[in-house]
Amino acid sequence: MNPNLAAFLYLVSGVLFILALRGLSSPATSRAGNRYGMIGMTIAVVTTLVSSQVWPGLDIITVFLIVLALGIGGGIGGVVAKRVPMTSMPQLVAAFHSLVGMAAVLVAFAALYSPDNYGIGTPGHLHAQSLIEMGLGVIIGAITFSGSIIAFAKLNGNMSGSPILLPARHLINIAIASVIVLLLVIFIASGGDALWAFWLATLLSFGIGITLIIPIGGADMPVVVSMLNSYSGWAAAGIGFTLQNTALIITGSLVGSSGAILSYIMCKGMNRSFISVILGGFGADAGDAAAAGGAREARPVKQGSADDAAFIMKNAGSVIIVPGYGMAVSQAQHALREMADFLKEEGVKVSYAIHPVAGRMPGHMNVLLAEASVPYDEVFELEDINSAFSQTDVVFVIGANDVTNPAAKTDKASPIYGMPILEVDKAKTVLFVKRGMSSGYAGVDNELFFRDNTMMLFGDAKKVTEEIVKAFGH
Amino acid sequence: MVDDFIFFLSIFVLAVFVGYYVVWSVTPALHTPLMAVTNAISSVIIVGAVIAIAVPGISSANWFSKILGFIAVVFAAVNIFGGFMVTSRMLAMYKKKEK
Repeated sequence: MNPNLAAFLYLVSGVLFILALRGLSSPATSRAGNRYGMIGMTIAVVTTLVSSQVWPGLDIITVFLIVLALGIGGGIGGVVAKRVPMTSMPQLVAAFHSLVGMAAVLVAFAALYSPDNYGIGTPGHLHAQSLIEMGLGVIIGAITFSGSIIAFAKLNGNMSGSPILLPARHLINIAIASVIVLLLVIFIASGGDALWAFWLATLLSFGIGITLIIPIGGADMPVVVSMLNSYSGWAAAGIGFTLQNTALIITGSLVGSSGAILSYIMCKGMNRSFISVILGGFGADAGDAAAAGGAREARPVKQGSADDAAFIMKNAGSVIIVPGYGMAVSQAQHALREMADFLKEEGVKVSYAIHPVAGRMPGHMNVLLAEASVPYDEVFELEDINSAFSQTDVVFVIGANDVTNPAAKTDKASPIYGMPILEVDKAKTVLFVKRGMSSGYAGVDNELFFRDNTMMLFGDAKKVTEEIVKAFGH
Repeated sequence: MVDDFIFFLSIFVLAVFVGYYVVWSVTPALHTPLMAVTNAISSVIIVGAVIAIAVPGISSANWFSKILGFIAVVFAAVNIFGGFMVTSRMLAMYKKKEK
């Protein structure tokens, strides 16, 4: 195919990818957006197959290999996409990131070993510019791969979610990073001849991906997942420069900025700087402090039964439900919907309030509620619903803790001071579904538990909710 | 003549800005589908993998590239099919209140 026509078609698929993201501005247009994305991908793949770089090389073995690879990959992807439970979405996304990262590494190596096919020089005599792009692509790709594997293991429970702190971890990371930069300089200065430097830089990048992510704790995962999303985009863009492919450059920059924006939103939701999240260790020190101060935990709380909760909510005018990670863990969303349906039949106004960092990834709670067929116009973001709490009779907090803690507004010494919270303390009554009196991720006590208008419902989120639904029955 | 690099750099910089504004307009309720679909589209890196697979296999370096390309196509295909399918599965669940 004429290279100009191919370049034009890549541009078309890049534009379709922009429209795919644009569609997500509202649930109504999102499905059309997803279709644009699929069309864009089809155009990009077909264009590549008939391009002057691929078409002449398409002998029978090559065609067989491409079909086989697409079949294996498509089959695995399809089965996983169909089977994965919605609560495992954070792990799945982390796994997907790792694959993008690894694909970028593999393509960079292929370009290095067969540069003539990519039009970037001959072996040992590559254009300096391509060497830089390839080097950056491979380093970011490798970090994305190993970092995402660690994030996956933490989210999936193969690895403890608590921070793992190596001694002198910052020094180790700085040392590895400096060696990687040095190797990259050697590689570029050699004109692509020093293959060993490229290999070694790649291996060290896999290593630093691990050491960067292990000190970051479970509840900081929304930032990590978003950040790796961003990295996977920049890696793709880097490779896009090597291939001089506009579709890849456009997509890489879209994904790169998307991940960066999500990281920013998540950091703001926790009032933490991006740097402090990346340096890791949050929750580890605070956890020790809480354990040390465990003696003062013996303050009285008001404990209630499912029957009490059912009675209070049935007689309320309005109820706001605040879900958190605990709801995801116990898969309570379906029982919760049943409870809300019953309340609505009784004439109670029900809405849901979602904190930006509730759960383990951006939008985690929204997906779970959508899965349980909660209409999306009953679900509100923090800034849209916070003013409503003072006119609300009952708040039902299920599996959330730190995001409701008034200490974030009042206690300057608290590690969560300054974090935007859902102001559930302003409601007339607060019902807290919790497994026990343990503190939240930040390791701080929640003053709300001890208030007169708070009732604690101890137990598994799903079980408690089901008991409340049962209690409605009689 | 302007260097090719400057041409691609222009596209890159403009696309970063487009991405910035488009992603800010994504509703927070759809942030999880956003991440799934960005995974799918960033796997357009499959174009580079297909080029690697189609390298004429004469030298051993080229066979090495072919094998890398094969693995990369598998990985990218997992993401493309998995990413788009799981996104449409999620998006199908977002419903409005029945009136």
